[in-house]
Amino acid sequence: MGATFDYWKLTKTVLFYALVLVIVVVSVFPFYYAILTSLKSGTDLFRVTYWPTSISFDNFRQVFSQGAFPRNLLNSVFVASVTVILALFLAVTASFALSRVRFRGRGLLLMTILAVSMFPQIAVLAGLFEVIRFLGIYNTPWALIFAYTIFTLPFTVWVLTTFMRDLPVEIEEAAIVDGATPWVIITQVFMPLMWPALVTTGLLAFIAAWNEFLFALTFTVSNETRTVPVAIALLSGGSQYEIPWGIIMAASVVVTVPLVALVLVFQRKIVSGLTAGGVKG
Amino acid sequence: MATDAMAPVGTAATPKIRSELMLQRVRAARWFLVPMMIALAIVAGWPLTRSIWFSFTDATLNDLYGAEWVGFGNYLRWQVLESGTVRYRGVLADPDWWNAVWNTVRFAFWSVLWETVLGMIVALVLNAEFRGRGIVRAAILIPWAIPTIVSARMWGWMLNDQFGIINDLGMKLGLLSAPVAWTASADTAMTAVLIVDIWKTTPFMALLILAGLQMIPKDIYEAADIDGVHPVKQFFRITLPLVRPALMVAIIFRVLDALRIFDLIYVLTPNSRSTKTMSVLAQENLFQFNNFAEGSTQSTLLFLLIAIFTILYIWIGKVNFEGGDR
Repeated sequence: MGATFDYWKLTKTVLFYALVLVIVVVSVFPFYYAILTSLKSGTDLFRVTYWPTSISFDNFRQVFSQGAFPRNLLNSVFVASVTVILALFLAVTASFALSRVRFRGRGLLLMTILAVSMFPQIAVLAGLFEVIRFLGIYNTPWALIFAYTIFTLPFTVWVLTTFMRDLPVEIEEAAIVDGATPWVIITQVFMPLMWPALVTTGLLAFIAAWNEFLFALTFTVSNETRTVPVAIALLSGGSQYEIPWGIIMAASVVVTVPLVALVLVFQRKIVSGLTAGGVKG
Repeated sequence: MATDAMAPVGTAATPKIRSELMLQRVRAARWFLVPMMIALAIVAGWPLTRSIWFSFTDATLNDLYGAEWVGFGNYLRWQVLESGTVRYRGVLADPDWWNAVWNTVRFAFWSVLWETVLGMIVALVLNAEFRGRGIVRAAILIPWAIPTIVSARMWGWMLNDQFGIINDLGMKLGLLSAPVAWTASADTAMTAVLIVDIWKTTPFMALLILAGLQMIPKDIYEAADIDGVHPVKQFFRITLPLVRPALMVAIIFRVLDALRIFDLIYVLTPNSRSTKTMSVLAQENLFQFNNFAEGSTQSTLLFLLIAIFTILYIWIGKVNFEGGDR
């Protein structure tokens, strides 16, 4: 009896770790393969290998030397950073009001914000195009910063509101007794406590803005104003048989490595932020 | 939820000074909210109104302001021919539109179904205590962190018909008898899209389900173990019912997201009729084929569909709109 029980336990353990291995390999392999491909050159590219055979940085050199890719990278960094700063700036005060002050219509307002965050982007595309042309920012990074507010702002407000709601009442009461105005409470009392939440929401909003495609495709039209996702999507050769896969993979690796590094460093914070905001990157 | 909003402010009899303070806070709150509300009105409210308005006009990309009202003509209009037959026109009579609707629904159904099942498996694994759990959690975050466009291109290369590693692997393992043109062939294009989407989004699902699993008190399982309840029965009788609220929210969230899919399909299977979704069709009509009014009509219809699901989400999710005590 004892022996068979142990066999059963062993089988279970082996199966469990096999499952774990499958999950890890399936998750990581495509990225590993992209790196592998980006390090190949010439005809090596068209021989399927599972391990690196030779290493060449030709593709990376080409990505940075030809075309507007460095410019696209700068555009992406600029657009995503400004979008996040703007969203956080507007969201901090708004979420204070939404989480700490009881007023008529608060539930309705929160519901509206949640609804906006679930908007299909396509539903506002035509109207946004009109506004952006009216403002004269079509085909500039500002068009994207403007448009991205539609998803970064509701998300940051929503997450920061949930976070602020959980801050203890006592801290605020003490500040009120000392005669602090709401503005002072936000800047002097809450802000120091909110850094972790601000970093998490800022990071998630940054990733969302960095990855956005539909608006970037529609509101920018020249090589110099595009962001990286559009640049990578539109990288192509003369025909479908000349797609420069090596260069595409090198560009993909360049834009993904910083993200993966950030995500792994801030793992715990991101997981808690994701589950609080229920957002998809 | 709406009744919460209507609840009288300060139900208990409050001292005069306290209510003075309250008034000051409410006034400050108003000012704090104004910038955000203006921003949302400009980037969301107004564009949405205009998009819907365009769907009732004959607007074109180059002439937005000269557009004239055509009523429901873009949705459905008909013409009685001399022979007596009625000819229908408009988006609702357009086979391309219904093809896109069908593709979108099919995609949403299969992707969310698979993501839920696989996400549940991954979440159960991550909920168990074992060595290397941190590594697994880090690993599953990688697909989530990779931009959709990048994953579309990565998989596009892996699924390449001549040099792709998936065909190579399939042939070596004897699963495929001949290389498959995954993204190009009409039969497999949707499968290719589904593979990539499931790969990319299962981690998100797993993390949401995991958060739900971790809320279940451990002693329930201990009690069940003592009673000798089989683990499979434990899963269906304890885990599933208790994780259901978290699961429902995650599913509806994913459905909303799947219904508006654009980027993956646009990049992985360009111009394929068998994968073209509502978003892709609407974007093409708006900005590439110069059918601005038709594109607006399609985007409005998609908005309506998603609005229904959003209401469902808020209703089923019973999202808590109540703040702290003040």
